Amino acid sequence: MFKKYTALFRMRFVNGLQYRLAALAGISTQFFWGFMEILLYRAFYQANAEAFPMEFPALVSYIWLQQAFLTLYMSWFFEGEIFDAIISGNVAYELCRPLNLYAFWFVRSVATRVAKAALRCFPVLIVAFLLPEPFRMRLPVSLPVFLLFLATMVGALLLTVSMTMVIYGLTFFTMTPAGLRMIFLSVADFCAGSLVPLPFLPDRIKAILELLPFASVQNLPFRIYSGDIAGMGILRGVLLQIFWIVAMVMAGVLIFRAAMRRVCVQGG
Amino acid sequence: MKLYFKYFSLHLRSAMAYPASFWMTFVGQFVTAFSAFLGIYFLFDRFHAVEGFGFQEVLLCFASVMLSFSFCECFFRGFDRFPALIGNGQFDRILIRPRGAVFQVLVSQMEFSRLGKFAQALFVFCYAIPTCGVEWTLPRILALCGMLLGGVVIFFGLFLFYAGASFFTIEGLEVLNIFIYGGREFGSYPAVVYGKAILRFWTFVIPMAMIQYYPLLFLLGRTDSIWNAISPLATLWFLLPAYVFWRFGLRHYRSTGS
Repeated sequence: MFKKYTALFRMRFVNGLQYRLAALAGISTQFFWGFMEILLYRAFYQANAEAFPMEFPALVSYIWLQQAFLTLYMSWFFEGEIFDAIISGNVAYELCRPLNLYAFWFVRSVATRVAKAALRCFPVLIVAFLLPEPFRMRLPVSLPVFLLFLATMVGALLLTVSMTMVIYGLTFFTMTPAGLRMIFLSVADFCAGSLVPLPFLPDRIKAILELLPFASVQNLPFRIYSGDIAGMGILRGVLLQIFWIVAMVMAGVLIFRAAMRRVCVQGG
Repeated sequence: MKLYFKYFSLHLRSAMAYPASFWMTFVGQFVTAFSAFLGIYFLFDRFHAVEGFGFQEVLLCFASVMLSFSFCECFFRGFDRFPALIGNGQFDRILIRPRGAVFQVLVSQMEFSRLGKFAQALFVFCYAIPTCGVEWTLPRILALCGMLLGGVVIFFGLFLFYAGASFFTIEGLEVLNIFIYGGREFGSYPAVVYGKAILRFWTFVIPMAMIQYYPLLFLLGRTDSIWNAISPLATLWFLLPAYVFWRFGLRHYRSTGS
């Protein structure tokens, strides 16, 4: 039972590793972005260091982690093939397989993201550790913190994918037009802290956003890494993340089940 | 010119054939630009100023770059999608028609939904102009127009480089996206914010600073130098290598055959 899915993961993973040239372009983009963001925040830091809500090195680590794992957590990334399958009706073929469709697409999405990130994260991280100050990325605060960081990274990946699965599921009903998706994605991106890290937002807005599922994605592990979230904050964050994963997976499975009951393949 | 408007109305009508879908994408673009604005708003809510530039002053910079960029994204879409035009052999058809290639690529696509970004930037622009504390005199208004037009020139030049590169790579050279999208993203703040090295890069390699930092100083009355006022003109120099590169690519074009 489990073997099917590991085989599937391996297949998509190897497939994803093919795009090495694209990864190279991606890496150079991410370096440029990382540098520019650090320079920008440094200017703000120099303007008013007291108003700065994080330690500066913690922000630098946040930015490099964000650039290194961009492809792991990007909320705007959907698999075109899955949308095509739903809209064109090719999903009928997928349903013939002796696999659960939700699990099948879930594993597939995880594999694609991991493959993309595996190609890109190491060059970015290695260089980020070697850079001169103020660009250098720090080591994690301690070993337990690092392990918690890894655990929440995995949780964040599961959460992102389970959120995209909800969108796929809804596509069965609405054939979602691109515009609606775009609105949702810009909002999600903002709430996840990928435009501006959440600590920089006003306190009241931050307090609300931190409860939403988007904040349990990159915001949580990246801030645990540098010690910006510590102590009870970690416990709260992990519990919230687990809650959202369970909620999103349940929502996704229910939507898929409802969709399967009334799936009607449009000819062709 | 008449022919251009003919194409213009064609594209407009085809976009309006599905009004719901069009407006949805339009709003989507609007929201995307709006979240970029929110990012700036919240940062200034906390820090009030950066490198001596206040919120409204940075907004003027953000809005003018965004206006130029979204204008280019809408009307020069053909160059943005140029790799596809080469890949499917459509470009061969363009070459046998008795009109310039640049003109035909220009009219091959227009993406009006990108004007959603334009609309958002226009709102911000209208807010920033009266509140940024500039006393509007004729030279300053001209410099502002220069900023907008210069921005269009730069992004057009970048798109031309991008299209020119795809004569050789067929796929398009993604590295150039760094400057196209990086220019939009980081052009929101006056170039000096990023330090000397970046300012030099944005001055001598890709003249982004010529359409924001230098003329902005003139607008805000921090310098009366005529050079700052006419710095947007310097972007025209950028168009020259871009056009030469495009011609060079065109001469070496070999059809993909499909």
